[in-house]
Amino acid sequence: MIGLLTGMVVLLMGIAIWQISNIYQLIQNKMGIKKDDSQIATEKDNDTQGKLMFVFLVFIYAVTIYCFWAYTKVLLPEAASEHGVPYDRLLWISFAIILFAQTITQALLHYFAFKYRGVNNRKALFLTHDNNLELIWTVIPAIVFFCLIIYGMVTWSEIMNFNDEDEDALVIELYAVQWNWKARYGGQDNVLGDANVRFLNDYDGRNLVGIDSSDPNGWDDIVVTQEFHIPVNRKIIFKMRSQDVLHSAYMPHFRAQMNCVPGMITEFSFTPTKTTAEMRMNADVAAKVERINKIRYENSQDLIAKGEEGLESYQFDYLLLCAKICGSSHYNMQMKIIVDSEKDYNKWIAKQPAFSSIMQ
Amino acid sequence: MKGKENKNPRIRVKMDSKEFGDLLEDKNIKSDFHQEHHHKETFITKYVFSQDHKMIAKQYLITGVLFMGFIGIAMSLLFRLQLAWPEQSFAVFDIFLGKWAPEGVMDPNIYLALVTIHGTIMVFFVLTAGLSGTFSNLLIPLQIGARDMASGFLNMVSFWLFFLSSVIMLSSLFVEAGPAAAGWTIYPPLSALPQAQPGSGLGMTLWLVSMAIFVASSLLGSLNYIVTVLNLRTKGMSLFRMPLTIWAFFVTAIIGVISFPVLLSAALLLIMDRSFGTSFFLSDIFVQGEVLHYQGGSPVLFEHLFWFLGHPEVYIVLLPALGITSEIIATNSRKPIFGYRAMVASILAIAFLSTVVWGHHMFISGMNPFLGSVFTFTTLLIAIPSAVKAFNYITTLWKGNLQFNPGMLFSIGLVSTFITGGLTGIILGDSTLDINIHDTYFVVAHFHLVMGISALYGLFAGVYHWFPKLFGKMMNKNLGYIHFWVTAISAYGVFFPMHFIGMAGLPRRYYTNTAFPYFDDLADVNVIITVFALLAGLAQLVFLYNFISSIFYGKTAPQNPWRSTTLEWTAPVEHLHGNWPGEIPHVYRWAYDYSKPGHNEDFVPQTIPLGKNEDITEH
Repeated sequence: MIGLLTGMVVLLMGIAIWQISNIYQLIQNKMGIKKDDSQIATEKDNDTQGKLMFVFLVFIYAVTIYCFWAYTKVLLPEAASEHGVPYDRLLWISFAIILFAQTITQALLHYFAFKYRGVNNRKALFLTHDNNLELIWTVIPAIVFFCLIIYGMVTWSEIMNFNDEDEDALVIELYAVQWNWKARYGGQDNVLGDANVRFLNDYDGRNLVGIDSSDPNGWDDIVVTQEFHIPVNRKIIFKMRSQDVLHSAYMPHFRAQMNCVPGMITEFSFTPTKTTAEMRMNADVAAKVERINKIRYENSQDLIAKGEEGLESYQFDYLLLCAKICGSSHYNMQMKIIVDSEKDYNKWIAKQPAFSSIMQ
Repeated sequence: MKGKENKNPRIRVKMDSKEFGDLLEDKNIKSDFHQEHHHKETFITKYVFSQDHKMIAKQYLITGVLFMGFIGIAMSLLFRLQLAWPEQSFAVFDIFLGKWAPEGVMDPNIYLALVTIHGTIMVFFVLTAGLSGTFSNLLIPLQIGARDMASGFLNMVSFWLFFLSSVIMLSSLFVEAGPAAAGWTIYPPLSALPQAQPGSGLGMTLWLVSMAIFVASSLLGSLNYIVTVLNLRTKGMSLFRMPLTIWAFFVTAIIGVISFPVLLSAALLLIMDRSFGTSFFLSDIFVQGEVLHYQGGSPVLFEHLFWFLGHPEVYIVLLPALGITSEIIATNSRKPIFGYRAMVASILAIAFLSTVVWGHHMFISGMNPFLGSVFTFTTLLIAIPSAVKAFNYITTLWKGNLQFNPGMLFSIGLVSTFITGGLTGIILGDSTLDINIHDTYFVVAHFHLVMGISALYGLFAGVYHWFPKLFGKMMNKNLGYIHFWVTAISAYGVFFPMHFIGMAGLPRRYYTNTAFPYFDDLADVNVIITVFALLAGLAQLVFLYNFISSIFYGKTAPQNPWRSTTLEWTAPVEHLHGNWPGEIPHVYRWAYDYSKPGHNEDFVPQTIPLGKNEDITEH
């Protein structure tokens, strides 16, 4: 039905445009405007199009303002990781610079287009270059970019050059498969045992991430699916692996992403700062959840009317998504992340079976 | 005269332009030149296997831009429908996708295939071959004052290789398991393993064969452009008197020659991995219950090779559009382009930097973070010449006498989207900020504005501006105005909101967003985007209608409709082999003497000698 309606709308718009062009031509003829069929812009065209350029400037501003007004609420809530704070600061500084430059340059471009719309018998200014002017607008962006580069590089190296051998950090392996995630913990010794895809068929396929059973480090490893828990305020070092194609471990609320590459281990590290429970209390998140549940309620009504099952109501959880195209179910490759207090985390991890239970 | 021994005009490649000019001034040779082509010309040699650069330009325009462009845009509308109304049944899906849309509902694999082929067609076929093929071919000989390309034969071969590559790419759409579906970047292992995705079977083989032929076509074309610009300029056409179009085409061709072979090598290695059991890009893979034999390869190597072409490719697409815009803005502002030398320097700087920034596509690929810092640095450097170009365009408008022909509107539109899209590059080029928006819709919005829409605007501007030169007819300006305004509004309508859904954390290439309730409140935005996309698609029909009807029923064009200074407008409207009936015009001034004081007209063609007391324009 919607398809039909869309088709109708498209068709009608097409007819409307065609008619407008006809009317435009007719009016021009009727008003006795000298018929000019040279197809070269006349003074009249310059006037109309120049004014439209100004209107377009207003349109650009209107779209910008509308988008910020209507869509700021859909953006990610405040960062839930330590490095997310400087990340967000850098993002908004960059955005401020971009918006400033965008506002000024679009204004100049479209205002000049409007102001200097062609008039017969006027001669344009003969101006070939101006070295001072050009120097200014080469140097100013250069300085701004230089500052941004320095700021960006410092933040980048703080995020990426973490201490790999940090004893206090919790090591977790994120393991990507077409099309789901698994997480592996080092267990008691916090050391991940060796693993390789060659071991995946061991133990009737229950060796989910291919742990090498000849490495004692792996005996106490814990593998979980569907959801994984991490303790708040403790540094987590993620080691990413993939068993088939490229995937990308994307955890937007923590401002974290790293590709998972078959044949190599990639790394990322962050320290979560807000538990799942705290994040659910966050005003932005609560508002978003409320909005989403309203939408889901309305959609459910439609579904129920059609005799189908309604949608479950939604509550906020941190997400691990796949951001690298990986085949047909790329769109549905997800895992839930639960950030617990240290105590809750310890309680949860103690209940998970170790690899040794599979080995027996 | 020594030229007389050379009866075969192809020898001219070896001569410098002056000698060639002298040669052609000799009446005997000139009649020779014409005779040879006249008595041979049949339908086949004139319209099919033509060696005339103007005919080849038209062939590229019609196959590369109109035909492939139509398919590429139509595909995007299909997957936009799916994104706005996920898993709904549409009659158009049933018609166009057949078994891949059971009961009119799009299949996830074909969604990825559409995304992949849309990207491939638009980037390579429309905006690389179509754009450069049309305008480099048309304008290089006409604007530098040459009878034809250095090698008409290679030029013809280049087009027909392109045609073959298009046919192979399109034939992959009819393969049993579907066309390539690993994204236009075809990262292995997804693209290497048919077990991982149905599109990675015969569909991907055809994709790779098509691209290998495409690269050959592109290289032949580019080498021809470079040689022609260097060797066949008419008397007086020094490098710094060339129009900026020629500078852009010339430098584009050089970047193409440097970077396209690397894509070919990546494609060949991938073919080896796929078909001959090598392990260049593959290691430790377990798929469908089986451990594969591949050991020691790395997909990251492929990413490096791919983006070594992939990033320069952005500028291969963009520079010709910027060149076209420079020319059209100056002509229609009735003003010299502001900062000609800075523009040339920017083109050269962009070209150089474009080959050392590819790593910004790979910040989170697992490569060493130190490399990330280096590529952030080079990437933000490239913003400087880009900013200079934008400022120079704006200043060219200042105190001009703007003639709003459709080509001018699209050129201004290009500057607008180039700025809007370019600015968000500051975010994506910063390795830190890339972490959280990499592979989200923010990227899609950014590159569509800065290279997709901008280059398309350049393409449209060029078609409107040089249509009189291509077909000897004028296009309807009112339809041109409608085309521009509807497209301009829709383009921002599509891509402005798209930045926001990207910043909301929505990854790209998702068949539907309904698997994550978290994204439910983005559904409305996707509907808005799709409505604008349909509107934009509709506007292109206006263009298509205008284009075709103007060829047949358009008003006959005057010789120099836009009152332009460059050489192509001194050639007669009717096409003839060799471009100018008599002697090749000589050039006495740069290409931008618009509104020069001391002249009655507001333009002084390059062929007019300096007046008695006239100073040469210092630029």
